[in-house]
Amino acid sequence: MQSNAALEYDYTIAKLYTYTAILFGFVGMLIGTLIAAQLAFPDLNYLLGEYGTFSRLRPLHTNVVIYGFTVSGIFATFYYLAQRVLKVSMAESKFVMFIAKLQFFLYLVAATALVVTELMGYTQSKEYAQMEWPLDLLIVVIWVLWGIAMFALIGIRREKALYISMWYFIACFLGVAMLYLFNNMAVPTYFASGGVGSIMHSVSMYSGTNDALVQWWWGHNAVAFVFTVPIVGMIYYFLPKESGQSVYSYKLSLLSFWGLMFVYLWAGSHHLLWSTVPDWMQTMGSIFSVVLILPSWGSAINMLLTMKGEWNQLTDNPLIKFMVLASTFYMLSTLEGPIQAVKSVNAIAHFTDWIPGHVHDGVLGWVAFMIMAALFHMAPRMFKREIFSKNLIEAQFWIQTTAVVLYFTSMWIAGITQGMMWRAVDEYGNLMYSFIDTVTVLHPYYAIRALSGVLFLTGFVMFAYNMIKTMTSAKELTEEPQFRSPMA
Amino acid sequence: MGIRELQGYATFFMTIIFVVLMYGYILYLYRSEKKGEKDYEKLGNIALDDEITSTPINTTDPISDEKKGAK
Ligand code: HEM
Repeated sequence: MQSNAALEYDYTIAKLYTYTAILFGFVGMLIGTLIAAQLAFPDLNYLLGEYGTFSRLRPLHTNVVIYGFTVSGIFATFYYLAQRVLKVSMAESKFVMFIAKLQFFLYLVAATALVVTELMGYTQSKEYAQMEWPLDLLIVVIWVLWGIAMFALIGIRREKALYISMWYFIACFLGVAMLYLFNNMAVPTYFASGGVGSIMHSVSMYSGTNDALVQWWWGHNAVAFVFTVPIVGMIYYFLPKESGQSVYSYKLSLLSFWGLMFVYLWAGSHHLLWSTVPDWMQTMGSIFSVVLILPSWGSAINMLLTMKGEWNQLTDNPLIKFMVLASTFYMLSTLEGPIQAVKSVNAIAHFTDWIPGHVHDGVLGWVAFMIMAALFHMAPRMFKREIFSKNLIEAQFWIQTTAVVLYFTSMWIAGITQGMMWRAVDEYGNLMYSFIDTVTVLHPYYAIRALSGVLFLTGFVMFAYNMIKTMTSAKELTEEPQFRSPMA
Repeated sequence: MGIRELQGYATFFMTIIFVVLMYGYILYLYRSEKKGEKDYEKLGNIALDDEITSTPINTTDPISDEKKGAK
């Protein structure tokens, strides 16, 4: 426990995941932009034969951005900040290092297999759980390795109190572990039938309504434990560290944590309103969704208040801009979600474009912004060079903010128009519009979304370029910056 | 009473219990700080002062401890 002057944090693993976050971010958003364009201009479906159709690419988009980009971002930030808040270096334990390297290697294998199998059309047909059973098994191994590395690191820590971010990462680990296992319980048909059909095929162990319930218990909590919990963990570390201001209220952060943990798990049935699940369960889903505003806003407001008296940083530090906007978008989407979960609103919103609109103000404005800001903050510390260009970050910020606004506003209009048109009846109770009428009306909004995709992707390329330049040719730093990240 | 109704009631009462627990937790957080048993706010410094050479904010038991050593 004696302090050791030569000891340094070891960012080997954090760097590896930074590279994959950049790679998968680009690929995932490129596919996102393509499918957005396909919805506006259907001829784009026929560029690559069966591999280029919307139906193949849509699940590939969601899986690459979730399991490629976001999860890489989670692992990168975890392996960076866990060392720091626990005050222990990964270099101190060969065991932790080995486990983490093995985890990264298997992660690369799994991610590659994911892209290949989904392009080939292998799918369990469950949203965010498309990967077939052999891949599921691999994911379990990767996740368990992460858990081992996490708890081994916690085991040798010098800082005995676990900083709030660590709580969130632990919750991410436990939550995903539990839900992933339950939702992916499936019987491989090849073995069960004594050799009939494809080895890759499986059927769920649940059926009918139960299958739907388990699926959305998972589906919604994928949002909770992948898109929310670890990202909140990130902002609790990176915003205070970048701004030099400690969390406004640590007690509020603890309270929001437990509130979020309890409430989130019960909200999943809001995906199944007006369906065959028991009525009380639908009502519960609605109510818990509304209650969810409290812990979500608890964290978001805590972050905004952390900036109290320091708002000047918002104008002169673009990373603070990214993070403050991220927590603002977090507030927007955690208000919008509960509104959509109210049964009468859901009757209009469900199955419409308002849903992807809601999803993307969260994932673009909150998740992607936060991950990019975190990686920018880490870069000077990991590569010992200042960030290549501040102007580029500023430009990226405005281009991407414009993109997010274009995305959700166009989808709000499209979604509500769609919902109203589907329900409209004339005086005799006949439907007033056929489906194709709605498609025609929505065309301009789809085109706007495709444009927003191009803008967001452009911003991401600027981010990637800035990061690569930072790694390779920016000015070298002689010592580690304490708070604000240096940039040229 | 069928299983569905039972499930409904179980959820209802669990919710009540949870609400009580949450309010209890708030009280606990503030009381223990007032009595000087714990100091949660200093834990916020873990993020700011995170050099591997810096003194840990808490060297003993998790969260608790009125012990000094922190800044
Ligand atoms: C360039 C940026 C992006 C564009 C243009 C884009 C576009 C799209 C499109 C067109 C869809 C299909 C909507 C439909 O079926 O009607 C979609 C779905 C989805 N995207 Fe993206 N996306 C982008 C980035 C992201 C990112 C960064 C994430 C997550 C980190 C993400 C997560 C999702 C999810 C979860 C869905 C499924 C939504 C649902 O089922 O309602 N997207 N995206």
